Amino acid sequence: MKQVKVKTIKREKMSFWERTYLLPIFQGMGITFRHFIRNLIGKGPNISVSYPDEKKTMPTGYRGKHRLTQRDDGTVKCVACMMCATVCPAHCIHIEAAEHDNPEIEKYPEKFEIDLLRCVYCGYCVEACPCDAIRMDSGIYTIFATKREDFIIDKEGLLNVKPQDPSTARPLQGMPPLPGSEAGSRDLPMADHA
Amino acid sequence: MLSLLDAAIVLAKVLFFVLFPLSLVPLLVWLERKVSALIQDRPGPNRARIGFIRLGGLVHLFGDTLKMISKEQIIPRNAYFFYYMAAPVIMATVALIILPVVPFADVLHLPGFSLSFQLLHFDAGILWYFAVVSLMVYGVILAGWSSNNKFALLGGIRSSAQMISYELPLGLSIIGLIMVFGTLQLNEIVVQQGDLLFGFLPKWGIFIQPLAAIIFIVCAFAETNRAPFDLAEGESELVSGFHTEYGGMLFGTFFMAEYVAMVVASAVIATLFFGGWQVPFMDTQALIDNAPVLLQVSLVGAALVLFGLAALSFRWYQRKKGFYGDIRDIEGLVYAGVLAVAGLGALGFLGLVLALGFPAWGGPVFAALAQMGMFIGKIMALCLIFIWVRWTLPRFRYDQLMFLGWKALLPLSLLNIVVTGIMIYLTGGLNT
Repeated sequence: MKQVKVKTIKREKMSFWERTYLLPIFQGMGITFRHFIRNLIGKGPNISVSYPDEKKTMPTGYRGKHRLTQRDDGTVKCVACMMCATVCPAHCIHIEAAEHDNPEIEKYPEKFEIDLLRCVYCGYCVEACPCDAIRMDSGIYTIFATKREDFIIDKEGLLNVKPQDPSTARPLQGMPPLPGSEAGSRDLPMADHA
Repeated sequence: MLSLLDAAIVLAKVLFFVLFPLSLVPLLVWLERKVSALIQDRPGPNRARIGFIRLGGLVHLFGDTLKMISKEQIIPRNAYFFYYMAAPVIMATVALIILPVVPFADVLHLPGFSLSFQLLHFDAGILWYFAVVSLMVYGVILAGWSSNNKFALLGGIRSSAQMISYELPLGLSIIGLIMVFGTLQLNEIVVQQGDLLFGFLPKWGIFIQPLAAIIFIVCAFAETNRAPFDLAEGESELVSGFHTEYGGMLFGTFFMAEYVAMVVASAVIATLFFGGWQVPFMDTQALIDNAPVLLQVSLVGAALVLFGLAALSFRWYQRKKGFYGDIRDIEGLVYAGVLAVAGLGALGFLGLVLALGFPAWGGPVFAALAQMGMFIGKIMALCLIFIWVRWTLPRFRYDQLMFLGWKALLPLSLLNIVVTGIMIYLTGGLNT
């Protein structure tokens, strides 16, 4: 038969002073008193953010409200390739594509809607996007409206969302390089449609 | 036949003894929230405002009160309506009728007129507290049973068991004190605590009966159903215990009763063990004799404190300038102004006293006011300790509670009686 190893855990015996409860109580009250005094004179850790008056900067990579990036001329960078809508696990992205004037771009989104109530903020759309057109770097976590319809954010709305860090506002211009081609060789001419 | 003046005095006293604890309730709620916040490294309530007035969160209380009064009163269908409604009323009534036995100052003697600062001055004094405070548990038990809710019922049962085990040491601990003072009348007990022990220590209950003081304070904590003895509430295991099914103002009544009970317990502890209205090292006669000097000193002190506070709030205003970008920014400045004006008022009053001279009736009145202030200060300090203990200690487990009550406090209180008896026999006589 297999020997069962029994490990006896010895309970620590309370000393006399601990058993009276009084001394530990006074020790505990000393700790809380120290915190109380420190906070009273303003030398406390002070980790609270008084929210509407001061706002925390969200960490880089925080997935906040979505935004659509723009080309240098202010047009939407999205080429309506439907990658994000396909990969979205919540099916919250609705895109209607239209023909772009520039034959190299081919398409642009006529409609680009995200239902923020359905979105699960997984960030797959950002990962899937081949041309850095959708991002979640706005740092906005307060998403509110009074009607369900108002939670559906359209293309203009998405374009108006500002990134948290302004220096990252512009996406890389042009298309990403194809495998085997030289980097940056496919820079696009400025499109002139609205 | 009661004369008109006597009737008016009785009415005024009744109003005072009802309104004083009730007006302390909001203050204590605010203190509770603020102290707990500071203990836990939080800023605590500071948002609600009327215009720019926030008073460090004191304005929240208006909101809370309005909310509680205006909430819909939901009564469970299967509750026993009469007892359900009676329970909070019992709690609040019982909490309020204890305080009148407590003296707030020594008897005020003026020519042809004397005023006692007790409403009920009968000889049984402290027994009134024991008689009435044990009725408090009926509120808890009735609330727990009549709600027809298992959590509430468990809370009520726990409370009754706790009450039985803590009433005994509570009553027994005080016997030693009564043996020493030889009286039950609370004002007499306080008067005797004005003497000095060994010539330098005020003869307070806590110095002549330290064991009784500890037992009494622990039992008083248990009696008020506050942490670490809040098993009847036990929000982590019993939802919220006996008042689970109560909402709106019925819950508000329980809430109020809890804080009134805290005030009452503090008042009784202060009376028995911390010298009541006695100003340390100053008995009533000394206060009356030195009234002019003491008044001047206290007015100067008040002015200094007010100016200091004004300076502090001005510094706060300067540091927070432009933080909110609205009307709230001037808050500190306004407070600084008000405090400075109050300080100037204190100085002006001092000037008035110096210019007009100190009237003959001023001495006794000043002594009574000083004693009252001292007593209220002691009550507030003890309430602060109640709050401080609540936010330090975890709740006792049920078996620990029973162990503490029956196996620790009860034998200790009996021992205290025996030791006190032997000491009194050895030193020969009661009032030593």
